[in-house]
Amino acid sequence: MQIFEYNGSALVAMVGKNCFAIASDRRLGVQLQTIATDFQRISKIHDRLFLGLSGLATDAQTLYQRLVFRHKLYQLREERDMKPETFANLVSAILYEKRFGPYFCQPVIAGLGDEDKPFICTMDSIGAKELAKDFVVAGTASESLYGACESMFKEDMEPEELFETVSQALLSSVDRDCLSGWGGHVYVVTPTEVKERILKGRMD
Amino acid sequence: MECVFGLVGNDFAVVVADTSAVHSILVHKSNEDKIMILDSHKLIAASGEPGDRVQFTEYIQKNVALYQFRNGIPLTTAAAANFTRGELATALRKNPYSVNILLAGYDKETGPSLYYIDYIATLHKVDKGAFGYGSYFSLSMMDRHYHSGMTVEEAIDLVDKCIMEIRSRLVVAPPNFVIKIVDKDGAREYAWRESVKDAAVASA
Repeated sequence: MQIFEYNGSALVAMVGKNCFAIASDRRLGVQLQTIATDFQRISKIHDRLFLGLSGLATDAQTLYQRLVFRHKLYQLREERDMKPETFANLVSAILYEKRFGPYFCQPVIAGLGDEDKPFICTMDSIGAKELAKDFVVAGTASESLYGACESMFKEDMEPEELFETVSQALLSSVDRDCLSGWGGHVYVVTPTEVKERILKGRMD
Repeated sequence: MECVFGLVGNDFAVVVADTSAVHSILVHKSNEDKIMILDSHKLIAASGEPGDRVQFTEYIQKNVALYQFRNGIPLTTAAAANFTRGELATALRKNPYSVNILLAGYDKETGPSLYYIDYIATLHKVDKGAFGYGSYFSLSMMDRHYHSGMTVEEAIDLVDKCIMEIRSRLVVAPPNFVIKIVDKDGAREYAWRESVKDAAVASA
């Protein structure tokens, strides 16, 4: 029994022109059995920063609670929101704290930094950051996602085209993975608005 | 094997649990109540290791009562569910409880709700949920016949269908089940479904 594949997940974040998109699947499973088809994997930290957590759902929930706590404390002390780069460092530090008894999660962080420049990164379960300029993926469907994103990605996509690309990449990848799927959740974030959309894909 | 399942109806939630206390091949008793009344408007149906099940649910029950004594108002179902998940999550990497929980409750403001909390502290709000080998049958029956806003009669009919399916298709099917319901009038026992009655204890 692989612990990272216990619940099943798929996450992808992509950079566009002054915007980013972050998308996840909606399945919550316990190995072969599907428990729910409306599970939220992506959470908002603040209006310009989103966190997706793939891997073991219980650790994703615990980690999310700890990170929200830390961010709220930061907001109280600094009287401002955290920059995405700072938040990525915080997540990395919190994960490495548990180096010899880790959280079984792979986070995907996406945000708009200074001057509305999109920032995305992912890291492994012990906090090794992987910054990318184009896209990052995580979850049981990550190998399919790498392939789909690599072929579909273009530089400087506008929000509408970015949404289409991310959605197609997500849906085609989860269709090849039995542990993820049951639709998709896509957030497209620009400096002025956040658009949340639910995708209907193969429900199996 | 232990069968626990539940669903949310129009303005009530119903949970069902088998009532066998089993030790390897021996059935100690067939009228073990595995659904605890947490407080006036909450039910906690638990399955798993017997010692942990009783110990953990009593612990939760007493802490929920303590909150009410200290603060003068009862916890909401969501708060109780999150508290339960927190306790399971804290114990997970030290001294884990092997207890799967379905927490059903009724709140005046938000109506009925059902929370799925598995033994590794994965929390999810669901309309229908199930644990154990019986879940393979009861979840499928509920997927087929469930619709939102069911009346009590329809829901109990579905519950009976699930019990029939478990009895006929599960090789180690438990003979007896208890059904408990929670609605605006509170949490209470609804019915038993017995096919084997324990022999009456001879009077002294």
